[in-house]
Amino acid sequence: MSIKVENLTKYYGEQAAVNDISFEVKTGEIVGFLGPNGAGKSTTMKMITTYLTPSNGKIFVDGIDISEDSLAVRKKIGYLPEQNPLYNDMNVVDYLVYAAELQSIDKSKINDAVKKMIKVCGLEDVRHKDIGELSKGYRQRVGLAQALIHDPDVLLLDEPTSGLDPNQIIEIRKLIKDIGKQKTLMLSTHILQEVQASCSRVIIINKGEIVADNTTEALQKQFEGQYKTKLIIKQNTKTDAASIKNELKSIKDVEGVKISSDDDSKTWIIEITNSKGSDTREEIFKKIVSKNLELIELKQEEASLEEIFRKLTN
Amino acid sequence: MNFRNISTIYRKELKSFFYSPVAYIIMVVFLIITGWFFTSNLFVMRLVSMRGVFDVIPFILLFFIPAITMRSFSEEKKSGTIELLLTKPVTDMEIVVGKFISNVVLTALTILPTVVYVVSLSFLGRLDIGAIITAYIGVILMCSIYISIGLFASSLTENQVVAFIISFLMIFALFMLNKVLMFMPTFLVTILEYISSDYHFLSISRGVLDTRTLIYYFSGILIFLFLTKTSLEKRKWS
Repeated sequence: MSIKVENLTKYYGEQAAVNDISFEVKTGEIVGFLGPNGAGKSTTMKMITTYLTPSNGKIFVDGIDISEDSLAVRKKIGYLPEQNPLYNDMNVVDYLVYAAELQSIDKSKINDAVKKMIKVCGLEDVRHKDIGELSKGYRQRVGLAQALIHDPDVLLLDEPTSGLDPNQIIEIRKLIKDIGKQKTLMLSTHILQEVQASCSRVIIINKGEIVADNTTEALQKQFEGQYKTKLIIKQNTKTDAASIKNELKSIKDVEGVKISSDDDSKTWIIEITNSKGSDTREEIFKKIVSKNLELIELKQEEASLEEIFRKLTN
Repeated sequence: MNFRNISTIYRKELKSFFYSPVAYIIMVVFLIITGWFFTSNLFVMRLVSMRGVFDVIPFILLFFIPAITMRSFSEEKKSGTIELLLTKPVTDMEIVVGKFISNVVLTALTILPTVVYVVSLSFLGRLDIGAIITAYIGVILMCSIYISIGLFASSLTENQVVAFIISFLMIFALFMLNKVLMFMPTFLVTILEYISSDYHFLSISRGVLDTRTLIYYFSGILIFLFLTKTSLEKRKWS
């Protein structure tokens, strides 16, 4: 079961929310769809689930053109929309039965499907409660259960962990990981740890355009080697910030120095960017010592997905 | 159209009327008003007739139907559940028809208790049962066309109050056309008369149920159900 998107464009009035994007999600892949708010993630998902019609371009789910047989596509897709809308006045079991019926599951199999979902999503304790009374974590489980009830091959989750507390996030992520094992899964998020935690591939989208599409590791590798060194030294009356900056700049392979002083703790906080592939920690240390300065902290940071993201979307 | 899908939606919608107190309130209010006109006819004017009840029903429906239909689509739009519903393997028309049937059944359930009036009258004097049955059919047909208008209004907005006002105005206009004919140019009179729901209801409550009237109601219902479906599809293109 694959998703293939070709030259997809969506205009809201004059503005293009999604602008000529193409990508493919292969069977069994877990893809993170990453981007700042308003980048076009939800719009793209809404088009894949046939809720919106593209202004231009084509979408194929399992080789079926969604504009030709939208009902067949909907049967293959499990979808958790943004904000996880639910019928608050229904109880959990009734709602899942309703979802199962809408997915045209055989009458004789509905009970089993609902029981299975209640077990998989850990809803035993709240099965007879009204959805409106549930905590956010449980609501999210109900949302996942309704998306999974017909055992879809493709799962689209739009910001599945937004608004949850850290414990709930970990639980839902674990659930998604378990479920995702046998499915083609696409989840959108603006939280980076989410992608690092659950996805094998990332598509980064910004202002309606894809700015990166690669495996999580490859993306990191692409920006790897660009180390940042952070150091904190004690302020000293003998020297001032400007002269330290110049001293540090004279070290080989140092490309940029940013210095700021923290008057509360009487320290200078310095951020050094190095040229690619170089490690300047030793030189920096020697320099500091030779100037009789007191070094409090020295650490090296590798470009995280977060920085890659910021670089690509700014 | 898949009848299983329609029935799924119809059953869910009917049940959800009874999750909220609105349905009960509307039913009680309806019975109090019709009950008042029934008893005052019977005890004050000493008439053994359903006239009073059938005369007032068209006026109650002006408020009653918008109140029932206003939440049908507005609420789903507001809470976002419409997105869930429309991405399930169900066609837009099945959703519209399912909701339409559930509204018609709820209205029928509300009107049903008035049969008690008929039964109690039948002990007191001779009733023209045929005419009463025809009148009931007329009421249901009138409700149905109003419901299709109400659904359309509800599909236009996510605000229930706005939905109520739009459907009230449309139903009111349709109803009042018959009463303002004298101000209209003569060449328009027959057309406007035919469009007016009151005109057809009056002829039914006189006991006349002809094909002209049936065509009027069924085409009206179909037109508005179709408009509702079109309005739901609008999301795709905007």
